[in-house]
Amino acid sequence: MAASAVPVLELSGIHKGFPGVKALSDVRLRLFPGEVHALMGQNGAGKSTLIKVLTGLYTPDAGEIRLDGQTIAPSRTEDAQSLGIRTVYQEVNLCTNLSVAENICAGRFPRKSLLGGGRIDWGAVNAEARRVLAQMDLDIDVTAPLSRYSLSVQQMVAIARALRISARVLILDEPTSSLDDAAVQRLFTVLRRLREQGLAILFVTHFLEQTYALADRITVMRNGETEGEYLASELSRLALVNKMVGAPPDQQPTRLDSRAPTVGELALKAEGLSRRGALHPLDLELRRGEVLGLAGLLGSGRTETARLLFGADAADAGHVQTQGRTGRWHSPREAIAAGVAFCSEDRKHEGAILDLSVRDNILLALQARRGLRLVMSREQQQALADDYIRRLGIKTASADTPIGQLSGGNQQKALLARWLATEPAVLILDEPTRGIDVRAKEDLMDAVRALAHKEDGKGMSILFISSELPEVLHCSDRVLVLRDRRAAGVYRRGELDERSVLEVIATEPAAA
Amino acid sequence: MKTFRAAVAAPSFTAWVSVVLMVLLFIVGASSYTGFGSTQVVLNLLIDNAFLLVIAVGMSFVILSGGIDLSMGSVLALTTMVAAWLLQVAHWPAGLVIVTVLLGGAAFGALQGVVVHVFRLQPFIVTLAGMFLARGLCFLISEDSITIDAPLFVTLSQTQIPLFGGAFVSPGAVIALAVLGAGLWVAHCTAFGRTVYALGGSEASALMMGLAVGRTKIAVYALSGFCASLAGVLFAFYMLSGYGQHAQGVELDAIAAVVIGGTVLTGGYGYVAGALSGVLVLGLIQTLIAFDGTLSSWWTKIVIGALLFVFCAVQRLLSLKKVSA
Amino acid sequence: MKFPMNTLARPLAALALLLAVAAIFVPGFLHLEIKDGHLYGSLVDILHRAAPLMLAALGMTLVIATRGIDVSVGAVVAIAGTVACVLVGSHGLAVAFAAALGAALLCGLWNGLLVSALGLQPIIATLILMVAGRGLAQLLTDGQILTVYEPASFFWLGGGHLLGLPVSLFVVAAVAGLTAQLMKRTALGLFIQTVGINPVAARLAGVRTAAIVFFVYVYCSLGASLAGLIIASNIKSADANNAGLLLELDAILAVTLGGGQLSGGKFSLAGSLIGALIIQTLTSTIYALGVPPQVTMVVKAVVVFAVCISQSSFWSSRRTA
Repeated sequence: MAASAVPVLELSGIHKGFPGVKALSDVRLRLFPGEVHALMGQNGAGKSTLIKVLTGLYTPDAGEIRLDGQTIAPSRTEDAQSLGIRTVYQEVNLCTNLSVAENICAGRFPRKSLLGGGRIDWGAVNAEARRVLAQMDLDIDVTAPLSRYSLSVQQMVAIARALRISARVLILDEPTSSLDDAAVQRLFTVLRRLREQGLAILFVTHFLEQTYALADRITVMRNGETEGEYLASELSRLALVNKMVGAPPDQQPTRLDSRAPTVGELALKAEGLSRRGALHPLDLELRRGEVLGLAGLLGSGRTETARLLFGADAADAGHVQTQGRTGRWHSPREAIAAGVAFCSEDRKHEGAILDLSVRDNILLALQARRGLRLVMSREQQQALADDYIRRLGIKTASADTPIGQLSGGNQQKALLARWLATEPAVLILDEPTRGIDVRAKEDLMDAVRALAHKEDGKGMSILFISSELPEVLHCSDRVLVLRDRRAAGVYRRGELDERSVLEVIATEPAAA
Repeated sequence: MKTFRAAVAAPSFTAWVSVVLMVLLFIVGASSYTGFGSTQVVLNLLIDNAFLLVIAVGMSFVILSGGIDLSMGSVLALTTMVAAWLLQVAHWPAGLVIVTVLLGGAAFGALQGVVVHVFRLQPFIVTLAGMFLARGLCFLISEDSITIDAPLFVTLSQTQIPLFGGAFVSPGAVIALAVLGAGLWVAHCTAFGRTVYALGGSEASALMMGLAVGRTKIAVYALSGFCASLAGVLFAFYMLSGYGQHAQGVELDAIAAVVIGGTVLTGGYGYVAGALSGVLVLGLIQTLIAFDGTLSSWWTKIVIGALLFVFCAVQRLLSLKKVSA
Repeated sequence: MKFPMNTLARPLAALALLLAVAAIFVPGFLHLEIKDGHLYGSLVDILHRAAPLMLAALGMTLVIATRGIDVSVGAVVAIAGTVACVLVGSHGLAVAFAAALGAALLCGLWNGLLVSALGLQPIIATLILMVAGRGLAQLLTDGQILTVYEPASFFWLGGGHLLGLPVSLFVVAAVAGLTAQLMKRTALGLFIQTVGINPVAARLAGVRTAAIVFFVYVYCSLGASLAGLIIASNIKSADANNAGLLLELDAILAVTLGGGQLSGGKFSLAGSLIGALIIQTLTSTIYALGVPPQVTMVVKAVVVFAVCISQSSFWSSRRTA
């Protein structure tokens, strides 16, 4: 596999900080020619920041990058490109209205001589495109517009564009997130061929299967640091998963709540719920007064499940049943009317109405359900908002402060208040503790359990999603484990601990 | 059925529809009214709409890049006014006047382009304000129209270039066709033209691909400014006057022509050649209505609006289908 | 929904400055007197002439707040005025006004349909009506100015007086007051702002984004129709060629002068009204000074550029870079 012992690209001691947060600490990475090197880690581990440093979008605060032994310091994307470092991003950044050939050659068109007017030589453009694609064993009509082709072919074209001018390093940032299995196989065939040709490939991903299918070497990142570099053949799945999501050594062991919850009747039931490209058919049951945790790695389908249950995305098949209503939600309004609430993980783009006050943000969902008539008088509104501010400990100058001025954690609390105010039967929380400090996390989780566990069994039903395994285990009565966008198993509290969940996540599926 | 589907999905679909529409309109006219089917009628379309064709070519580029330019009609009027003033009051030689106003138009457009790009403002509001500015400047120069009697302009106004069989065409029409040809060449054969299409497809992607986004954006508006002032020169040949009220609403006609010619208003799709078919369609509609005699000329605006709606709706529905496919 | 006074400070200051300049350079500008039981003076004149623009600006405020735009406002003004003038002689005042409002309602529904249901960009969607609408109005009058001679009650709206003040002022006050109450007493204001600031989050919170968008375009057209009726009543005729010409730019300018952002979100009805008054004061002052009226076009254009550039995200990105 690795033909030479000298790395093409070497990063050492990379530090990068932004106001308030240290994104990269003493990061190191080595890329060897003729090798596929997988860069793995959860959200917030620092992978994308590292890529941006490599491609010249960010300048590191400290550290060194060496290409073929020479120190380089790309300060613009053009610098990195001219040095031979090519990047293909998850969203295919091409112009789909142009032809395949044009996308490959744009910016560097072969031209006719001055006698021909210096105009673009389309014949040469098409021939060049065919040549580069042939290198990847792809034979398509290069004159057709790019939009005619599937996303996986578009990705190949993006790689072809990246490779057209001689490349030393090819970086692929989460290339398979939107591809189906067949397309992934095609991509891997191409990458293996490129590897044989001596290219150094950096493959950023969070999919275990793909890493073991393709990579020669693995670097794991966590919390902005390089956890370690390993040969793929020497690192077991379990060990890899442990390194990515395992509990940091100083965290408290999972507290076990010995009180068994009193659960009531069925609050939410999903059968065969699926959506092409997002989720395989999934069954799910949620009872009154219980907390169901959704565990799994990034990309396992957690948020997709939540969005389907809430009607934020339309399901292709299956249906959702709540008390009295069965069907497929076509919009969030329908789910809200059925008593479902959803606190999104992307609070900046999907949650907070930044210029509006904290009070308006808290009352929004309640008001939207009611319609145009004001839900309550101004005084009552004020009282309700103040009540939630106090109960959840939202730090704000006043209820009139624009929510955009609050810290991330307090914004999250205010958005939680928004949904609590609708007194839902089912509350879906997607990463509710992100950006909240440790003490507040504990309080939040206790509050979540208190909402569900009422003495009369008439508490809320809560779907709790988090990428922090210890949290999921601490909060939930049952845990549904997702892997590769399908259910891998449901376990009761007491049946599992962190290690066994990791094993479930890391286990190879029985049939390919 | 499959070939029909493929045909509809092709980016040139709406462009071909407009050509078909143009031919259909001509056939309807020729069969309904005597005298309609002569070559001169078609050539008159070109002669009367030469300035509109030039504007439509410039507008095509702006719309292809994903923008819009509402100031073109006003720049046309400003050009006629400045030219008239320079000729009649300042007594500049005609050649110098033409060069000056062309450069001025390009500069005005470039300025708008700079504001759009550097300050990241929406093109419609910038060019809407530009429209006001240009027209206001017209009236600052003179409230009344200024008649042009410079010999070059008068000659060009009256010249008839003879073609086969007694038909003739004006110098303005020839210039307009030359501009169309140049536009076709730039759009298809230069990197600038291809970057315009890329911009219209996805500005973010074009940036990531390393294309010269900023320069191209500014150049596109400079080009439309140039076309507007060239159209102004042609208009001055035609009307032999400079007046602030010239060409009211011409930009809307140009947008309609471009859309009907098959260019999508959201950018990235279409052909500059569509400017010709669009202008001819508009002209044919107007001629048909005039020949008919019973319909008032106001129907033109309504028909144009209706056509605009149909083309926009169809383009939108086709793009929705592409997304769901 | 409170609009704290400090957001109105800038537009008010601009208006005050403009009035001061006018008072200095135009003799008798601030002079008010009572003649024939009516209040006369330049100030009253400005308020009266600004009425159509204020009505258009109110509607445009809500449309812009949802991140949209409506350039068909001028065409709707022409349509409404024309329909009323055509019908008033034969069918009476009530029918004429009802028909005009009805026509405007159809225009608003049309725009709303295109933007909300078909998903066309607002500038494109309303451009269609801008082109075709004026043609419709011209068709009804055959491009001629249609003068109305009777009934005399027709002229009361645009030229009459109530309690010594022009009727148009009361219309504006009524519409503005009604709108303000609507925003305050219902959740409409909240929803409009939410849709404009973050349409994705609005949908996830259960807001009926499509219905809200529909409403603002209908409302804008209705406001434009009232403006059209006042204009037609005032000039005692229907002028399909010129009525409301370029009113849309004035309305957009009024909203931005009043502090509204073209990118949508928070809006201020009072601010837009003040913005409209600023524009009218500018026009009247220039006219009173004997400067050719087209100079206003240049001034307006410069002001639009200045306001838009100052609102641009260029400045904020400079700070964080």
